[in-house]
Amino acid sequence: MGLDFTVVPKFFDVIFIGVGWTVAITIAAGLLSFFGGIVFAVVALYGPLLVRLPFRLFAWLFMGTPLLLQLFLIYFGLIQIGIDLPAFVAGVVGLGLHFAVYNSELIQASILAVDKGQNEAARTLGLSRGQALRKVVIPQAVRAVIPPIGNNMIALLKDSALVSVIGVAELTLAAQQAIGRTFRPFEFYVTAAVCYYFINLALEAGLRRIERHIQLSR
Amino acid sequence: MSDAPFIEIRNAAKSFGALEVLKDINLTVEKGQIVAIIGPSGSGKSTLLRAINELDPLTSGEVWLDGVQINKDLPFRQYEKHVNQVRQDIGMVFQHFNLFPHLTVRGNITLAPKMLKGLSDKEVNELAEEQLKRVGMLERIDYYPSQLSGGQKQRVAIARALAMKPKVMLFDEATSALDPELVEEVNLVMKQLAEEHMTMIIVTHEMGFAQDVCDRVLFMDQGYVVEEGSPDIVFRNPTQDRTKDFLKKHLQGQN
Repeated sequence: MGLDFTVVPKFFDVIFIGVGWTVAITIAAGLLSFFGGIVFAVVALYGPLLVRLPFRLFAWLFMGTPLLLQLFLIYFGLIQIGIDLPAFVAGVVGLGLHFAVYNSELIQASILAVDKGQNEAARTLGLSRGQALRKVVIPQAVRAVIPPIGNNMIALLKDSALVSVIGVAELTLAAQQAIGRTFRPFEFYVTAAVCYYFINLALEAGLRRIERHIQLSR
Repeated sequence: MSDAPFIEIRNAAKSFGALEVLKDINLTVEKGQIVAIIGPSGSGKSTLLRAINELDPLTSGEVWLDGVQINKDLPFRQYEKHVNQVRQDIGMVFQHFNLFPHLTVRGNITLAPKMLKGLSDKEVNELAEEQLKRVGMLERIDYYPSQLSGGQKQRVAIARALAMKPKVMLFDEATSALDPELVEEVNLVMKQLAEEHMTMIIVTHEMGFAQDVCDRVLFMDQGYVVEEGSPDIVFRNPTQDRTKDFLKKHLQGQN
């Protein structure tokens, strides 16, 4: 049985919807991982001890265990304690928190690397600790780690395929559905791969724009 | 209260662990006076300056500005509130400018007035323009710090401090990090402030500038104020050997 890519166009609608879900999950989880990463970094550095210690455990849990397991736990496990999340939400929360922890590590190191004089200048003008952190230190710390956070976003896009296992009809699951009806795995996996590649190109172009935009302000 | 000096530092002492960097310092500055603090590195002059706005709080002693004690002994939260308030009255200019690189010149100047004085966008913009005009940097208002020379950065930093309408300006070696040809533009701005009778305390290595502009000179060494007086006396007729030594070495270094 030879390869036959002519079956692919018949499933364009399925693939197209899959691309839509993948993009939606990546954007939602990406935003959660970015802003969550900032919040986690501040908590890890400046939170009271009673918050910091449980947070370390939480961070260790997310960095030290497989993302697949985390998704199972959030989607199938949490129901038992009364938290019944829709698959899409569970996927976004799992991916978002997982990468938020990685982003938080980057941002923490970056906050500590901001020149001490920046905080001093802000405090000298009369800004409080919180105001100086929010308006002066964190914006600089985040700008400095935009490139590695961008790399995490690309990893997040690729790992979004994992949420297919909890039934979100994103690109990988869409390809599998098409394969189930046509028994043509090669054609549809290649199609999905090409789609991921183009989404990735778009994401990288977006990241480059952001990097160019902040170049002067560093 | 009107008899009290504008700025008064009483029995100031400061240690970092076992190291005593300030030892029983007393200093009064009248409104509109310009005081230079000179001395070898490690003499405690920057620490004294930084004690005035609580960047390096004293171990003991008192700092007063215009009838208010700066270094009040208060519970943490009240202390923070108090220093945030009094620091608005004390402008500070740093050796390394410390402009906020993520903000434009305008953003650098308007940040604190907008957050702390409840001014509208229009008001802070006018304020920024007014202060930048004062330091001759108005045409760079929408530049980022990375696009400015060192001298321009320092002039913007001065405008940023002035925008809070401080009662006193502290200069911590404001020209030490500048290329020689950029020193003059910053000195000119400081001279102009002197003519406007801004109260200023200036830590400097530039003896010429101190002599020209300042009403009073303090020579510090090893945590003490060794000698104090008008520039004429301190520079031409110092009474202390340590002052003479320092000036001799310094003048040799310059020639």
